[in-house]
Order: sequence, then C-alpha cells, then structure tokens
Amino acid sequence: MSIEDKIVADLVKHRVELVTTVPCKQLAGVIEKVDAEPSIYHIPSNKEDEGMGICAGAFMGGKRSAIVMQNTAIGVTINTLVTLTQFYRMPLPMLISYRGELGEPVACQAEMAVHTKALLAQINVPTYHLHKEADVEELDAILAYTFMCNKPVAILTDATFWNGY
Amino acid sequence: MIRSEVLKSLLPVFADHHVVCNIGLPSQELHMMGDKPTNFYMLGTMGLSSSIGLGVALAQKEKVISIDGDGSVLTNFGTLPTIANNVADNFILLIIDNGSYGSTGDQPTYAGMKTSLTAVATACGCENVVECQAEDAPATLQAAIDSNKMTIIVCKCESGNIKVPVITMDPVVIRDRFMKSLEARNA
Repeated sequence: MSIEDKIVADLVKHRVELVTTVPCKQLAGVIEKVDAEPSIYHIPSNKEDEGMGICAGAFMGGKRSAIVMQNTAIGVTINTLVTLTQFYRMPLPMLISYRGELGEPVACQAEMAVHTKALLAQINVPTYHLHKEADVEELDAILAYTFMCNKPVAILTDATFWNGY
Repeated sequence: MIRSEVLKSLLPVFADHHVVCNIGLPSQELHMMGDKPTNFYMLGTMGLSSSIGLGVALAQKEKVISIDGDGSVLTNFGTLPTIANNVADNFILLIIDNGSYGSTGDQPTYAGMKTSLTAVATACGCENVVECQAEDAPATLQAAIDSNKMTIIVCKCESGNIKVPVITMDPVVIRDRFMKSLEARNA
C-alpha cells in the first residue's frame, strides 16, 4: 500500500468525511487520492484559514474533517487556530507538507521551515513529524488522539517521508 | 436603517433556523435581541462566517444562514468561489453591506466605494445572488428560505452602531448547544 493510500485509508477508518485541501507539490498524490475516495467530500480551499472555517462548520454539523496544507501557511492560520479551533475546542487533523527540510531544492522554503515548529509550539498545537516512510504507521494513533482531545493537531510530513520532492 | 435595525427586522424570519453570526457587533446585537441555541456567535476569527456556515450546511440537512458583513467578506474573498463551486441548497449567505467596518469604528470599506459584492459573487459563479435594500431584507430572506436554493443576499444598509454588551458566554457552551440543536433536528 502506498503512503498516500494508507493516509486516505486511515482518514476513512477514523470517519473523516470532509477534507479541505490547499495544494503543495509534495501533497499532490494524497490530494488526488482524497478526491477519488467516495466516502470523503473533498472541498479545495483558496486559503488555509478559510479551509479551517469550513472544517469547524463541518464538525458542528456532525462530520469529522481534516485539512491538507503546506507549512508556509502556518503563519496566516494562527488567528483561526487560536480563536476558532482551539477557543471552541474542535478537533482538526492538519496534514502538512513540511517544505524546506532535507531534500528541499527551493531555498526560500527553508526560511519558513525554521519557524514551523516554533510557531506550532508557541500556540500549543501537538505536533508530529513524519520523516521516514514507515512513520506513516503512526497516523492511525495520531488521528485517534486528535478526535479524543478535540484539538488541532499538526502532522508534518517532509520530503524524505514522501521519498523526494 | 442601520445593521441592528435590519437584524431586528429579520428576527421573525430567522425564527428557529440555525444562524452563524459574524464576529463583533452583529453577534452582540443578535445575542442581545434574543439569545438562542440555534445561534452560533463568532467571538473571534474575522471573515470566516461564510466558511463556517458552508461547512455546517455541507455536513447536515438543516437550513443554515450565515450573517456576514461587507468588510468580513472582503477579508475572506476566497470564500465566494468556494461557495459557488460547492453548492449546498440549505445554505444562505446574508451579507449585510453597510459599506463600513462597523465593529472597529465605521471605517469605510471598498464595498461602499467602487466594489460591488453582488457583482463579485456573480462573477465568482454564485447562481442565486440577490441585492436588496434594508427595508426589503425580511421578504428577501424569506424568499431565499422558501426557494430551497443556495442564495447569496447582499443587503445594503446605512453605516452606524448601537451600544451593545459583549458576549460573555463560554465558546464551548455556544458551540455545544448549537451542535446539539443541529443533531436533534437531523435525528
């Protein structure tokens, strides 16, 4: 099973029925699989905070949701994570491509990479870093944890995890 | 008419429908005029009323009305193409367009100048976009509810505010009673 298939299978297992995405080259495969999964309503967002708003609404409407996004957007989502997702205590798995790590060909991506974990730590978002392909096995437990504690949870996935850029 | 008067005139139309209300004065006004579990008050996060409402509408069957403002829609402009392309016929976006950022001191917005939110929503692909004057808001909203079609209403009104207390209710309480109300209605 490819890691893309495993990710989507875990989302389905945890009854995630709405996924919003903002694309990243590293995430192209998983976005394609999400789109093809019949039990998931895939709703592309134009901006990540917009997507988090949709996820908050879906949760209140009784559906589990998740966001797929790039780490460069963490900065623009801080207010939403704090004043919506955390303040109202809502679960939100965030599958994030961790650009700017080992294997990154674009220098500018490293500039945001060095702030990614610090920003997430500053706002107390539980953060998991999937670095090796085998780390995908942890996703099942991370999703269970997210829906147990009603928090936004970051899952950073770097180029090594995706087996290259 | 100013926004608080428009909201007051809409109370009988909101009736027992679920309403997602924009941050700041709109939520405070709605809360003061008649707090109910079917109201979801945004205490933060400017711009996301339409996104939250769309999410609620896509996830269940009950009708959802998002009350938004022109300034907030300008803040989250990307929402209009998303709404247009993800039609939920149980969703109504009611933009109360007073041409100003009311909650922050009535600074003018571009919607009160050259930019028409009605034209923008139409250009984004929204199919049922209705512009109305403040006085016609109740009839326009009722017609949108009765149509069972996703509708964007741009309600033009005057700028201005009344004095209202802040909402001190805990956010988790606001969220929980809103969810339980939706769950019961969908059961």
